Amino acid sequence: MRDRPVLTASQINDELLWPVFELRRRHVLAFLPPFILVMAGAVAVTILIWQGLWVTGLNRPAFWGFFIVNFVFWIGVSHAGTMISSILRLTQAEWKRPITRAAEVMTVFALVTSLIHPVIHAGRPWRIVYWLLPYDFTRGVWPDVRSPLVWDPVAITTYLTGSILFVFTALIPDFAIIRDQSTGMRRTIYGALAMGWRGTPRQWQLQGIFGILMSALILPVFVSVHSIVSWDFAASVVPAWHVTVYAPYFVIGAVHSGVSMVLTLMAFMRWIFKLENFIWEDHFDAVGRLLIFIATAWLFFFFLDFAFSFYTREEQEIAVMERRLLEWPFNAITIIMVMTSYVIPIPLWLNRKVRRNIALMFWTSILVNIGMWLERFFLIIPAIERKQELTFLWANYVPSLTESVIVLASFGMVAMLLIIFAKLVPLVPAWEQKEGQVFRSEVQIGEVTVPAIVRESEEPRAW
Amino acid sequence: MANQSVLGLYENADSAAEGARNLREVGFTSDDYEVMTGNPYPEGAFGEHVKKNKLFRFSLFGAFIGFITAFLFVFATQTAFPLVTGGKPILAIPASMIIMYEFTLLVAMIFTVIGVIFESRLPRPGGAGPLYDARITLGYIGLLVTVDESRIGNAQQALQSGGAEEVINEPA
Repeated sequence: MRDRPVLTASQINDELLWPVFELRRRHVLAFLPPFILVMAGAVAVTILIWQGLWVTGLNRPAFWGFFIVNFVFWIGVSHAGTMISSILRLTQAEWKRPITRAAEVMTVFALVTSLIHPVIHAGRPWRIVYWLLPYDFTRGVWPDVRSPLVWDPVAITTYLTGSILFVFTALIPDFAIIRDQSTGMRRTIYGALAMGWRGTPRQWQLQGIFGILMSALILPVFVSVHSIVSWDFAASVVPAWHVTVYAPYFVIGAVHSGVSMVLTLMAFMRWIFKLENFIWEDHFDAVGRLLIFIATAWLFFFFLDFAFSFYTREEQEIAVMERRLLEWPFNAITIIMVMTSYVIPIPLWLNRKVRRNIALMFWTSILVNIGMWLERFFLIIPAIERKQELTFLWANYVPSLTESVIVLASFGMVAMLLIIFAKLVPLVPAWEQKEGQVFRSEVQIGEVTVPAIVRESEEPRAW
Repeated sequence: MANQSVLGLYENADSAAEGARNLREVGFTSDDYEVMTGNPYPEGAFGEHVKKNKLFRFSLFGAFIGFITAFLFVFATQTAFPLVTGGKPILAIPASMIIMYEFTLLVAMIFTVIGVIFESRLPRPGGAGPLYDARITLGYIGLLVTVDESRIGNAQQALQSGGAEEVINEPA
């Protein structure tokens, strides 16, 4: 374990808050590529709304294409953010300090991005208003309020609201730091956001309890949301979608892609915002070890999905599996998916030197997310392009350029929102870093001095 | 006699603890002073006593309200749109349970945040207050003593003798 750098409160403020007070070249350079992607996406969405859904590759029977694949992918990514933060808070893991906020914020932005997709997918987004308002039976519309599609917005809204509240409440002490270090309009705005925070023992005690209590409340929501997204598929009659393991398979896939995205984000933050004193090789090592377990669990469910389908010996189930494994281009997608999600990264991560190499961890985490995006494509498209009796048109789904641009823009959108957020508040919680310095200690064992963390017993409790 | 406040600013935790000890030695109780810090310290580090909070009640109450709201919501919508699908009952419990589960947790989370803000005595009208010092978020520790005018001199002296870098009186 690397020695913790000894930093004063003032140094922590300076190193974490510079993006809020200064605009450096690296910040602008990091902002431009995602901004260009988002602009390209905005043009593509305008064309889609102007021209209609024919500009996409959607056709009978495949009416769920790139938008739904990308929707499921971003919901998945959003999951691990709050999950990793909640688990680290509940277990009071010391290495949580630089990761929690960025992971929680990634959850919020990934959720916002994912929510855009069903709206675009509707083709004429303004018509969603009819879906939200009470229906009139005299118009001959009979909505099924027990549909799984009703569960989805309820679960996602719950998760999004909870994640925003989680981020906001933990931000109050940092709003107070910015308020105290600024003048003029900035001071007024951050003063209003800090709500008069003074850092009294009672306020710190409640912050501590809040982190743990909210983690305990949001973890069940995390599990439920991706289970419900899987039930969107599993509650339908499409072959290969109603496998019993779909919910845990989706959840573990979400965790795999999300934790990898946290890794990508950690490297990105360290490079762009010069966070070498806060995000160390030890953090990459720890997340890497966690990912070995997650990826292996994901692989188990991947095989289980096949096993359950083959065990039924139903012709249509087997037809979908055959399509996934043997027919072009799905066979290539399956190979690339398994290679990038497991076969390439895992042997690398088993090596400690690789886990502590930030550039390698960055690129392998991107590989995993390429694989996990393809996994969503692999799960959705071959099944919905079903070739079975009474399907009068068997068109293959070929994604259009418009759809592809919108998918790329979604990545740009998450990156752009994160960079804008980092301009407004520190991505690493300054108050948690200062707390870490208070509890920092060293222990003499024999002839060596090792860094240690002092932890309080239950009584008296930390504030 | 009207109450008055005085703030002692300390550069580190040891001198702040010394200042707090001095205050108690000259007869002030832990209710007479308030500690202000830029980061959490272990409970009781400055001899302060933190009153018990009722945050858990907010979460529980929120969960209850959420469950009841969801129950009424699914009951109302399912009876308002009585569409029979696949011969299944109009009031379907499995489909409703998911909505009730999410609502229960949603309102519990909202009430938890309301609870944290309320129990933290926020928002404070007028911001952090006239005797709050911006140096607190730079690592300084503030001891804010609020007592009646006759004892303010004693408080100043106790804070000073503890090694306060600065003692600031409430503006008139």
